[in-house]
Amino acid sequence: MTVKMDIKNLDFYYGNTKALKDININININEVTALIGPSGCGKSTFLKVLNRMNDLIDDTKVEGTVLLDNENIYDKNVSVEELRKRVGMVFQKPNPFTKSIYENIAYAPRKYGIKNKNELDELIKKSLEGAALWNEVKDRLHKSAKNLSGGQQQRMCIARAIAMKPEVILMDEPTSALDPIATAKIEELIEELKKKYTIVIVTHSMQQASRISDRTGFFLMGDLIEVDDTSNLFTAPKDKRTEDYITGRFG
Amino acid sequence: MSLKKRKNADRIFYVMLVLAIIFTLFILVLLFSDIFKKGLSHLNLDFFNSFSSRFPNKSGIRAALLGSLWTVILSVLIATVLGIGTAIYLEEYAPKNKFTSILKVNISNLAGIPSVIYGILGLSIFVRYLNFGRTIISGSLTLALLILPTIIVSSQEALKTVPKEMKEGSYALGATKWQTIKKIVLPYSFPGILTGMILGVSRAFGESAPLVVIGGAASIWFQPKGIFDEFTTLPLQIFNWAARPQAEFQNIAAAGIIVLLVLVVIINLTAILLRNRYQDRM
Amino acid sequence: MKLNLNKEKIIENTLFVMNLISILITISIFIILFSESIMFFKKTPLLTFLTGTSWTPLFKPQNFGVLPLVLGTFTIVIFSSFISIPIGLLSAIYISEYASRKVRSIVKPIIEILGGIPSIVYGYFALNMITPIIRNIIPNVSIYNALSAAIAVGIMTIPMVMSLSEDAMKAVPKSLRENAYALGLTKFEVVIGVVIPAAFSGIVASFILAISRAIGETMIVALAAGSTPKFTLNPFESIQTMTGFIVQITQGDVVEGSIESQSLYAVAMLLFLITLGMNLFSKYIVDKYREEY
Repeated sequence: MTVKMDIKNLDFYYGNTKALKDININININEVTALIGPSGCGKSTFLKVLNRMNDLIDDTKVEGTVLLDNENIYDKNVSVEELRKRVGMVFQKPNPFTKSIYENIAYAPRKYGIKNKNELDELIKKSLEGAALWNEVKDRLHKSAKNLSGGQQQRMCIARAIAMKPEVILMDEPTSALDPIATAKIEELIEELKKKYTIVIVTHSMQQASRISDRTGFFLMGDLIEVDDTSNLFTAPKDKRTEDYITGRFG
Repeated sequence: MSLKKRKNADRIFYVMLVLAIIFTLFILVLLFSDIFKKGLSHLNLDFFNSFSSRFPNKSGIRAALLGSLWTVILSVLIATVLGIGTAIYLEEYAPKNKFTSILKVNISNLAGIPSVIYGILGLSIFVRYLNFGRTIISGSLTLALLILPTIIVSSQEALKTVPKEMKEGSYALGATKWQTIKKIVLPYSFPGILTGMILGVSRAFGESAPLVVIGGAASIWFQPKGIFDEFTTLPLQIFNWAARPQAEFQNIAAAGIIVLLVLVVIINLTAILLRNRYQDRM
Repeated sequence: MKLNLNKEKIIENTLFVMNLISILITISIFIILFSESIMFFKKTPLLTFLTGTSWTPLFKPQNFGVLPLVLGTFTIVIFSSFISIPIGLLSAIYISEYASRKVRSIVKPIIEILGGIPSIVYGYFALNMITPIIRNIIPNVSIYNALSAAIAVGIMTIPMVMSLSEDAMKAVPKSLRENAYALGLTKFEVVIGVVIPAAFSGIVASFILAISRAIGETMIVALAAGSTPKFTLNPFESIQTMTGFIVQITQGDVVEGSIESQSLYAVAMLLFLITLGMNLFSKYIVDKYREEY
């Protein structure tokens, strides 16, 4: 089991408030790691530490180490754009750009140097296939992305993320805005994706976590209470708070 | 493109943005410094008390200020009554049908018509057809028509902010529509309406094109005593002076502009402060 | 109860009548401009009016080709847009995407005040500041020239472009930007490639509004651009715009009902139709490209 990302003694502050306290967790390569916990427990904040999205917010501070392949991503020499290329993100609500499907996916890779039309066409096809969307949109690539359904838009956002050929994909409640059928399609997709990528998914649904993840971490009020193989966490939790949460006593 | 080049583009872009803002602010400074340099020395009590004359050093803005006062107050009063009434109908009474949308489109079109056209309208209807002549009443009515669309729109915006629950609560107590409007809707939206009025005052005060067309630009040597008197306004007087080739007249035009700007800035600041306070309350 | 209902009805009807006044205004404008223009076109063929390149209503021989006035207006619009559109948009981008809250709270009100300055002040500015600078750089330029007025009009319309574009960009949800950053894009790429396209309809509307304003601007051109209609696009020459002509005629002693007076209405009608057209075009664009958030 190779460790892709290693987080040690992570503290995170919004201004003077400590939102994450002493987080220690390994993210293993080609695995799905799920993060669960009640609203406001810090799991989304933690996710955004992994690709330095919190840098966009004023007055935040990170202490501790976050290693990607043994290099600290918060090191001064690290280019945040390069980091985000390697660690991609899919958000809760699909957010297509005001462009065609083709352009949505092609925009960022073009900036990273892929200008040849054939290369781009191939990249977009592979990305859409990887997101299980190619067959549905291959005849309307140059039409606006806004005309897709919610589930299709979300898969397009996934295609957009994997077009950057990331190593890690972070997902922040990717199916909470979708209907059950679209959700099922995405969960199937995640099963496929983990063969090539490392996935960290924040979810408010314990059932989803137990369905698709290999390891699960339980957050509560900024603390990481427990991290274990998913089957262990859900059948024999070591901490009483974990047990209370997964049996529905709160949250 | 390499990351270094992309980050450079980032930096260059930022510099361009800052330059754009600095340019805009720099123009302000340039404009004001010239005006103050040329005009400040002419700002004395005589300037406020004298009428315009052939001699620049004897000219003053007395008639112009009074003319402005008369026309602005009259036009804002007329436009506000009409404007609020129109807005109330559109927001509270009008059914959602084709005719109502025509009304709304019409108002937005009126807002985009150049001010000279309102001048021609005023010339034809008030000055000539109704025979009011080139007088304060013609000027005020013309200005009222000009600022009407703006007042309607800002009143509409203010009325829209009244929460539905407030109105429903009133109806549930058995109040009629007009009672609800009078006692709930209008008081709640009053600050927004007031802000719109103040901006209307600012606009009416600074406008000159329609009044030139009506014929208020001739030199006036007396102060108006009634609405059927001929008149001039501060912007008109400034135009009158600035259009003359002698440098001295440019200087007193600058002095007039200082007075105009101080008043306009005060009016606009009042509106902005009011709007900020109003927004905080929301 | 019955009295109450009557009162309510009276109030509703009164308010309705007030609305009719706004329709009445539009109808009056049409009738007045139209009826006088028709009289004009009885004496001067429409084609001559629209295609003639000489406009000399106050001289003998009288020519009524409106193109010089149209070109004059056009020159002002073109050159003022070179200033108002880029600077307005860049300023808006800065305020919306880059400025800190403190900077925004200072710069925004200042630019709003700039937008509230009456146009006569810009006219003075054109004549007394801009014209001398132009004549310093290029010695043979006449005192009255289109460029001076156009620069002033451009500066005057910067706040308009800035504030509407900024509103449009502010309406773009934060999550759209986050999605773009998450792909490893730089701020410049996010702003240009994602935010601006998303705010497109509002931004374009601001451009059209500024152009409309430039078309209808009167005082600046009356003071600084000249009153000599010429069939030219040369900004260094003295010209006359449609609005400038309207002011010139009404300032003088033109006999009511004369052809000179009627030509004024014809020009006004043309001006009215052009701005109406721009207004409708703006609505069309906004509706077509509007993004709902």
